[in-house]
Amino acid sequence: MRRAITAAEAAVLVPDGASVLFGGFMGVGTPMRLVDALVERGARGLTIIGNDTGRPGVGVGRLIDAGCVSRAVVSHIGTNPVTQQKMIAGEIDVELVPQGTLAERIRAGGAGLGGVLTQTGIGTLVADGKQIVSVGGRDYLLELPIRADFAVIHAHEADYKFNLTYRLTAMNFNPVIALAADCVIAEANEVVPTGVLPPDAIRTPGILVHHLVERPR
Amino acid sequence: MDPKEIIARRVALELRHQTLVNLGIGLPTLVAKYVPAGIEVAFQSENGIIGFGSPPPTGMEDPNLTDAGGGFISALPGAVSFDSAFSFMLIRGGHLDMTVLGGLQVDVLGRLANWMVPGKLVPGMGGAMDLVAGARRVIVAMQHTARGAPKIVPALTLPPTASRPVSLIVTDLAVLRPTPEGMVLQERASGVRVQEIVAATTAPLLVPAEVPEMRLAGVQEHPTLVG
Repeated sequence: MRRAITAAEAAVLVPDGASVLFGGFMGVGTPMRLVDALVERGARGLTIIGNDTGRPGVGVGRLIDAGCVSRAVVSHIGTNPVTQQKMIAGEIDVELVPQGTLAERIRAGGAGLGGVLTQTGIGTLVADGKQIVSVGGRDYLLELPIRADFAVIHAHEADYKFNLTYRLTAMNFNPVIALAADCVIAEANEVVPTGVLPPDAIRTPGILVHHLVERPR
Repeated sequence: MDPKEIIARRVALELRHQTLVNLGIGLPTLVAKYVPAGIEVAFQSENGIIGFGSPPPTGMEDPNLTDAGGGFISALPGAVSFDSAFSFMLIRGGHLDMTVLGGLQVDVLGRLANWMVPGKLVPGMGGAMDLVAGARRVIVAMQHTARGAPKIVPALTLPPTASRPVSLIVTDLAVLRPTPEGMVLQERASGVRVQEIVAATTAPLLVPAEVPEMRLAGVQEHPTLVG
């Protein structure tokens, strides 16, 4: 049976300069033990990919505050003035991606697809530099898959096989990122014995999760 | 009546029975307070829920239950939660009957700009581009002018949210409908004259001989969405 690791041990697995997919939507469903452990170990030069950059002190906003991030690929930074300041100052490079496109690019990255065609962004700045593909008389942007070195997930329950469930609006990007990284690290609100989670409640098969952070003490 | 209330109560008349609707953050969320009696609407929040309700009592908030603005919500009986990929399948795949969004500008063709003011405000687009591209009907709910400056303009000076024209624009002064022939002044707010609307709008308008007054949804005591 695999053992859980501490958040500090998990943070050491993530080297400076790594690309990291984060679950979470404005801090809800963000793996905060892992965020805090990365801040604690002084991570630098990270590329973070997820819905947003939280708020100062909230969610991945703590990584922004602590200077851990050099690049952010997100759909929204409006709730974090620190991100905006650092972007203007040239400290953080921000790539803004429409939220639905972001979800599909990550899904494509996990699904072995070469890309996705979407009408979202046609006729906007988002289309700059991208290939336009015409299908059935309609123009679509070709959006390329996203994969990362790490995916850090917040789950509701994990069992001893690292099968994961999610809760309500804390789910958001977490199940999507689970397939799109070389190393998947999860933390959960609760850890339960194998067999407690019924097969159709599990959203992420444990066999895909490389590391589970110890349950909260 | 407060301008935001006028706008929300007029937009509420566009709600259709047994449909899925997405309300953007800010002013659009007020529309949920005025769902007309006898109409059932399922409200989606892009962060992954259909069937959210008004905020819970203080001290009973669930940290796992928030809306797209990050505020606490409750979940109505029959609510369902899902992940972000599924959420945007609903949005992009034409399953929303209607989305209501704020706006910075709308041009004479009905194209919306609502996500960026270059050099000043770069919040990011979030779900806005997907919503405008995917929903069956797109309704812009915004004040007619911003600090005196018209928001309905001949051509956008701000980055567009989509190339697809919106379906309807509802402001505190008027209801306007983009058509292939031009922007039609469909309704005027109570007590507002056509000349006032034209003066506050730099986009050319097609003005019919009769421009009726806006009707507004009554305030319904919707037990699960108000208070």
